[in-house]
Amino acid sequence: MATATADMIDYPKIAKGALGAGVLTLVLASLVVGIETISAPTGITYDTRYTAVFAAAIGVAIVYFLAQLLKAGKPAIPLIAGAVLLALTLLMALAQTGEWEIARLVPFESPVVTWAIMLVPLSLVIRAGLVTWRSSPASVGKPAHERIHFADFYRRINTKFAILLIVVAVALPFMPFADRRLVDVATLVLTYIMLGWGLNIVVGLAGLLDLGYVAFYAVGAYSYAMLSVNYGVSFWFALPIAGTMAALFGVILGFPVLRLRGDYLAIVTLGFGEMIRVIIINWWWFTGGPNGINKVARPSFFGLEFDRSPPEGVQSFHTFFGLDYSPNQRVFFLYFVILAFALLTNLFTLRIRKLPIGRAWEALREDETACRALGINPRNTKLTAFAIGAMFAGMAGSFFAARQGFVSPESFVFIESAIILAIVVLGGLGSQIGIVLAAIALIGLPEFFRDLQDYRMLAFGIGMVLIMIWRPGGLLAHRDPTIYLHKTKAHSAAGAGAQP
Amino acid sequence: MEVFLQQLINGLTLGAIYGLIAVGYTMVYGIIGMINFAHGDIYMIGAFNALIGFLVLFGLGVSWAPLAIVIVLIITVMITAAYGWTVERVAYRPLRGSTRLAPLISAIGMSIILQNYVQLLQGARNKPLQSLIEGGITILEHDGYAVTVRYLQIGIVVVTLALMIGFTLLITRTALGRAQRATEQDKKMAALLGVNVDRTISLTFVIGAALAAVAGMMVLLYYGQIDFYIGFLAGIKAFTAAVLGGIGSLPGAMLGGLLIGLIEVFWSGYFSVEYKDVAAFSILVLVLIFRPTGLLGRPDLEKV
Repeated sequence: MATATADMIDYPKIAKGALGAGVLTLVLASLVVGIETISAPTGITYDTRYTAVFAAAIGVAIVYFLAQLLKAGKPAIPLIAGAVLLALTLLMALAQTGEWEIARLVPFESPVVTWAIMLVPLSLVIRAGLVTWRSSPASVGKPAHERIHFADFYRRINTKFAILLIVVAVALPFMPFADRRLVDVATLVLTYIMLGWGLNIVVGLAGLLDLGYVAFYAVGAYSYAMLSVNYGVSFWFALPIAGTMAALFGVILGFPVLRLRGDYLAIVTLGFGEMIRVIIINWWWFTGGPNGINKVARPSFFGLEFDRSPPEGVQSFHTFFGLDYSPNQRVFFLYFVILAFALLTNLFTLRIRKLPIGRAWEALREDETACRALGINPRNTKLTAFAIGAMFAGMAGSFFAARQGFVSPESFVFIESAIILAIVVLGGLGSQIGIVLAAIALIGLPEFFRDLQDYRMLAFGIGMVLIMIWRPGGLLAHRDPTIYLHKTKAHSAAGAGAQP
Repeated sequence: MEVFLQQLINGLTLGAIYGLIAVGYTMVYGIIGMINFAHGDIYMIGAFNALIGFLVLFGLGVSWAPLAIVIVLIITVMITAAYGWTVERVAYRPLRGSTRLAPLISAIGMSIILQNYVQLLQGARNKPLQSLIEGGITILEHDGYAVTVRYLQIGIVVVTLALMIGFTLLITRTALGRAQRATEQDKKMAALLGVNVDRTISLTFVIGAALAAVAGMMVLLYYGQIDFYIGFLAGIKAFTAAVLGGIGSLPGAMLGGLLIGLIEVFWSGYFSVEYKDVAAFSILVLVLIFRPTGLLGRPDLEKV
């Protein structure tokens, strides 16, 4: 770490650090990147790709050097060198994408990787540009803390922003650019928003770290799928049953473990999540095993089906309203269903925060011992949070089953729990709108890069780490209790902002 | 009786491997109180480094197994330790002192990164390795059922024991161990008394990764095949082992690892293979209900 002031830069130290970073890259990449194992019918052979390793090591060393200079307050060299690097990587990426003759000189195999690497000098140049601009005469005199903070800004426009989001969400399917794909992605994002809001009750409000939330999602999905396939129960009747089943599971699982604290609870919930998946896979005569359950009925609009030619005695949506048949009608309908569900979850959370039970959750999160002393029963209070969170997951799960038309254990792996938790934490614990933003960033954006399927999860992971480092408290960080005993000026401002 | 004995031997071997990974979890948890979710993937990286190391050595013509194993062990441990250091430096150190959940999310992100990094670079298929250490000792034979201890199993248990002894000495007898224990108890005070806290935490990660690398190499030799996904389940089981033994306690991690290994093997042997993971988790829940701090864990006194 170079902590030297702007006047005295310890160049040898930075150079040593850069050399170290380069050597470290070389060591890390030496086997896993440098040598490619090739599975052949006769066994396993290998191939080398050391140009990429050396290029990466040199690149890391240079970028480290420039970044440290920038940190020390010398933006000139990083700006120029970063621009050169940017031009170089851009050229390489263009050459590879356009399959020019010189492309074989590029050390990286895939154009996607080269394009991604281009982002590094790009961000360096932007950072250096910002530093230069801030130290320019025009902006001298303005103290740094006067810059508008994202969270403060959000607090000011909070309610308006929420209404705007809802209006946009309602109007989305009717926009001229809205095609089926966009609405499909929006439906997926809304499903995760609903799950995020549900999990937020458990993690954000009650402060219970649940790493197996997807288990309740699975219970809801399978409840509806089995009711629908075995007994022909319609979606709207099955929905409360699925929610209740999931809540019941929440209570059953929660009862023995909720007296555990923090990370013990985390690992046990993780274990339960995996157990439910293993049971679904192996209890094949009941759950369909790894193949799952097919032909789950789609939801109807007050008894009107969305089929081109519905079964005898059932009216279809398009004939009832005198419209032409379009498969989009079902897609749009499902979108509005999940939008309504998600808003319901949100409304519930907003209201319950004002009830004694919601306040007990927040109090319990802040100090369990004090709660005990004040006569709050921690176990029952936690159990309620767990059960209600599970109920929303169950409802989202039955929607998922209805939308897909089939369920299989593959949809309920641990990574789903991790993604939902990531949405809650990245959004800023307890912040309802933060969850919307995080879900759009983590679920919506990658959906439009489906072509880069292989790199999607890698980018997802990098995004998670970078957002956490950039904003450790989440995008919209605040964790203030909803109410205060003594409202000071600062608190009342924050408290009012914290409500939606 | 013969079946029981054979399962016991297999269970101990598996448990030794889990124990080695669990030590990494428990050390990190003890010192900075976070679940290092990427630890299972560090173990996977270790296994891949070992696999590639063996392939290269065979390609260079080194085919005498003991020599190859020693060389690969050294290389694997060094490279994987570098991974442990880098992960801590990049993803966890910037988050020190923030909320409890931030490093956890960062760790989950790191785990996703490492898995996909290996999958992209080495492919998603199973990677086989020829068996290097063949044979074993038959210790009991009855009604045509022979109880054998493979040389490899002896090797795994002996190496694990040696590492554990060395590691215990490191923690109890050396300056580094003292610094680690001091940091674990009170970071601020340790820093005031001249302990380089950042360096101590980094070294904790390096040691944890080195042990995981040994475990990864053992798994590669024991099962003869690996893929990029092995870190997830092994990581969960090892963490379960650490919690079972009492998180933060080193003998607890080893004990927990052995127990999880034994439960898994006996359950598959006597009941059903499908539900072995369920069995391990159920035991964990049962233990936690009656001993909320794990088997050897110290009760966590709560300060108001």
